[in-house]
Amino acid sequence: MIQTTAVVVGAGHAGLAMSRRLTERSIDHVVLERGEVANSWRTQRWPSLTLLTPNWQTRLPGHDYAGDDPDGFMPVADVVATITLYASLVGAPVCTGTGAHTVRAAPAGFQIRANDDLLRARAVVLATGACNLPAIPAAACAVPASITTLSPLTYRDPGQLPDGGVLVVGASATGVQLAAEIHRSGRPVTLAVGEHVRLPRSYRGRDIFWWMQATGLLAERYDQVDDLTRARHLPSPQLTGTPQATMTDLNTLAAQGVRIVGRLGRIVDGVAQFSGSLANVCVLADLKMNRFLNRADEWATASGLDGELPPPHRFAPTRVDPRTPLELDLTSGEITTVLWATGFRPDHSWLDIPVLDRTGHIRHDGGVVTGAPGLYVLGMPVLRTRASTYIHGAGADSAALAGHLHSFLSSSTRASRSTRGLTKKDAPS
Amino acid sequence: MTITDSPVDNGVNVQALLGAREALSASPEAAQFTWRASCTWRNGTHSHSTVTGFTGLGAEQQHRVTYEYDVDHPECFASEDNGATPVEYVLVGLVGCLTAGVAAVAQYRGIQLRSVTATIEGDMNVLGILGADPEVRNGFDAVTVRFAIDADASREDLEALIAQSQKRSAVFDVVTNPTKVLVELA
Repeated sequence: MIQTTAVVVGAGHAGLAMSRRLTERSIDHVVLERGEVANSWRTQRWPSLTLLTPNWQTRLPGHDYAGDDPDGFMPVADVVATITLYASLVGAPVCTGTGAHTVRAAPAGFQIRANDDLLRARAVVLATGACNLPAIPAAACAVPASITTLSPLTYRDPGQLPDGGVLVVGASATGVQLAAEIHRSGRPVTLAVGEHVRLPRSYRGRDIFWWMQATGLLAERYDQVDDLTRARHLPSPQLTGTPQATMTDLNTLAAQGVRIVGRLGRIVDGVAQFSGSLANVCVLADLKMNRFLNRADEWATASGLDGELPPPHRFAPTRVDPRTPLELDLTSGEITTVLWATGFRPDHSWLDIPVLDRTGHIRHDGGVVTGAPGLYVLGMPVLRTRASTYIHGAGADSAALAGHLHSFLSSSTRASRSTRGLTKKDAPS
Repeated sequence: MTITDSPVDNGVNVQALLGAREALSASPEAAQFTWRASCTWRNGTHSHSTVTGFTGLGAEQQHRVTYEYDVDHPECFASEDNGATPVEYVLVGLVGCLTAGVAAVAQYRGIQLRSVTATIEGDMNVLGILGADPEVRNGFDAVTVRFAIDADASREDLEALIAQSQKRSAVFDVVTNPTKVLVELA
């Protein structure tokens, strides 16, 4: 049995940021990592992926981007290198190859089984990420057996796909990026589109993330956003990490020859049926994009920046072809691959503590897990602010949660001492 | 402007709807509703349907009164035209659902409505239902709804209103997405 004050599960950017915060507060801890540092980035991301956030924004506590391309976007290999470097910079006590097999409540804390070791800790920080498993709709079971199916976690590049048409289901950043890449390989792509988030890569000469930060959007707190459930489940914006690609929206894809269809509903006798709601989800996405651009323009005017920025403009509405098909026969041979870009879900199967809601998500208040004092979660969408969704959000989130964790340790120490008859002034402050 | 301060009154109790959303999220079994109708054949293509009760909030619920509907085909189909056609009831359902959504969303967004009217059209090639052309589907080729709204709001706000009402509409979902339908002998 190994005793430690805190255990951080996961050595990605969030777990390592937390490790640094705990070290700053001299809180004894270990970081458990099932594979290597940045494991998901190494093993579960396709090689051409780049971050959506520009390099200048890709920072971790005590470590700002120092390269020569602040306006560029890190490819996944550089993300792995950055996080690996960060682990050594902060001297994180990472046990690699040590997955947490179970975490359960124990007297005065938690018991963690990792490989053959048992650990006891008073606090546990879950930093295993939000994208461990593909969220694949029930319709998937009706895909004909002759069709190759993939998720973004198993996709590497178009070369692994058979020749023939590809149905990409889902139009978040992942879906539009993979649709474009696969279409460029000469395989005709059909993209099934439900609710999505349309944004330009840049606007009035600045990257969209510059606008999101400048207008205060990213700083919006989880307890202030209008509809938190919705905010936490919002698809990622239709962006590509290349400064040249102004838009990776449906108009751009359609112009490249990608066939756009509605949300995939069911597959009956091998025929995929698409929703007739395509026009409305496109109108909704256009309205929301314009609402943000209005906010950006108002902010620019109020900040006196209209003189130095190019003038405001609006993007053409999303065009929906009135002849958009509602069905696609998956048995005709036209489609040989279905790629489920329908989102991800966290894997909490090793968490033996009843803290999940009926949809399998951890109940938490800004990362403080509900009903399990000493348990924290980090690295989830809109955890504490809208920035939490992105790498740099781990900075403020880890600071806040480390502070909470520290107070929790102090108060539970006081509580256990006072039960032994000690007075409160003996407790560490 | 908060909702409670708002002088806007479209006759929608937004607070009750928000309260219901919160309460039903906490007890999902109560959120499970079953809607029902009963139908009796009269003669020819004429039938008579009634809507009385439904299940929801964990109990049996009753409408204030029983609603009655005659369903028939028009005379040009050699029928007696004792009521609207079934597809027209679908249109009535869709436009009624969207209009309710417009009022609710407007209330929530603080938009006072003065008038809302809508027309709805469903285009259909009847060679499908006549079995005369296997390439033609039975249902609508397309449905078009046109709202005329008089309100203190910009055109963009009104467009957002009807977009949001589609997003939250049960009948819009029923019409645009596949639904598993089981028809069996009692």
